[in-house]
Amino acid sequence: MSMKATNRQVDGVAVVDMSGRIILGEGSVVLRDTIRDLIGKGNKKILLNLGDVTYIDSSGIGELVSAFTAVRREGGELKLLNLTKKVHDLLQITKLYTVFDIKDDEATAIKAFGK
Amino acid sequence: MTNRVSYTLESTLESVNQVEQKASEVAAGAGLAEDEQYQVAMAVREAAVNAVLHGNAYDPGKRFVVAYETTSESLVITITDQGKGLDPESLPDPLAPDNLMKGSGRGIFLIRAFMDEVKIRNKNPGTEVTLIKHTGRNAANAK
Repeated sequence: MSMKATNRQVDGVAVVDMSGRIILGEGSVVLRDTIRDLIGKGNKKILLNLGDVTYIDSSGIGELVSAFTAVRREGGELKLLNLTKKVHDLLQITKLYTVFDIKDDEATAIKAFGK
Repeated sequence: MTNRVSYTLESTLESVNQVEQKASEVAAGAGLAEDEQYQVAMAVREAAVNAVLHGNAYDPGKRFVVAYETTSESLVITITDQGKGLDPESLPDPLAPDNLMKGSGRGIFLIRAFMDEVKIRNKNPGTEVTLIKHTGRNAANAK
């Protein structure tokens, strides 16, 4: 299953609904291009909805980290939403679970962004 | 009884996907639980990515070989590339504070996390990575 990312704006937050596999190649490129595009358009609050992401490999994890640092470098915030158990476990194993701000509820996540 | 099958593949991401799919099938056939099938498939995927990307560097003239071997006790998968070789001692720890936010360097770490045994052998040239998952317990449960 190829990777898809669609954007919507909710209360000043760019919500990116992602689905498929974030893996070396197309999946990682889609994520990178999406983040780059959002930053380029001045979005500083980005919420990645990973609810339909079925699989992430080490390259995908690296891409999430790169997205996080890229947004932060611009003075913005990136949060993660709706992790599946597999993705949750991967972030725990790699000690990134505490690095990312991870939410289970979209409304709560939107409110958690700074004004 | 031992079953062994091996494939010689081109250094492409398509090959990586094929290798991952086959690993999943072999793991299921070996009686591993669904979570363990995922772990084996992911470890094999990471090792195959290393072979294609870091070992053979997508060189169309180079191949990598994947062998799947199942015994009553374990599933052994060996991935061998034709690259310049890898020194496992030189790999940085991805959990170290300085490396935690790096965009790469987690492949071997995940392989080790997901498999029961991992052996990395520098073949000068080439790298051979052997991944072992013990299946005896699951095979007994499946009976």
